[in-house]
Amino acid sequence: MVARVQIPKEAKRGQVIRVGLLIQHPMETGYRLDADGRKVAKNAIRSLACTYNGVEVFRAHMSPGIAANPFIQFPTVAEASGELEFTWVDDAGERGSAKESIAVT
Amino acid sequence: MNRRWFIGVMAALPWAARAATPQRGRVKLELPVLADNGNSVPMKVSVQSPMSAADHVKTIRLISERNPEREMAVFHLGPRAGVAEISSRVRLAGSQTVTAIAEMSDGSQWMDSADVVVTLSACLDGS
Repeated sequence: MVARVQIPKEAKRGQVIRVGLLIQHPMETGYRLDADGRKVAKNAIRSLACTYNGVEVFRAHMSPGIAANPFIQFPTVAEASGELEFTWVDDAGERGSAKESIAVT
Repeated sequence: MNRRWFIGVMAALPWAARAATPQRGRVKLELPVLADNGNSVPMKVSVQSPMSAADHVKTIRLISERNPEREMAVFHLGPRAGVAEISSRVRLAGSQTVTAIAEMSDGSQWMDSADVVVTLSACLDGS
């Protein structure tokens, strides 16, 4: 699963930054039919978590009620330089991850 | 966590925190009034909160009136968020009222809802 993380490269300590995450995923509803008229199995990213230097700062439970190629933007306080790591898992059990580093002055 | 501790905590909480039904206010749910395509509708939810260790938003729930899965998403926040504001894109199976319910660290619940008219709904057209 391809994902893109959108965070500022640098931030001041204590500043609220916006973290954007875009994941390439169909978020299948389970109601769609394929070209042969068969139902496409429901498959959505169920849980997603973000850790900032190992501490969990955001978590989301999602459903097919979130559009395909889910985009989530959430805030976090820039505490220290380090890494933001994202992990998620879908209904098929497939896991994905992404990370991005930030410099805090 | 024993029973007596639980009863003690419940008695200490203000009435509002124990109320089962969410109150209107503090939450702002932004959705377009008219969406051409229900497959991807921009959504933004924000909650008025100092987001301190003592007083912050714990969860924000997005509830749909007509989607096959009523609970569209649950976002877990904490004091590390700084502000309570989340944007995403949702999928809507037809015109409906979408509700956002925020649960605060004191247990109180606040809500806001938005009416969306969807011209082409998701799920039904097989696309």
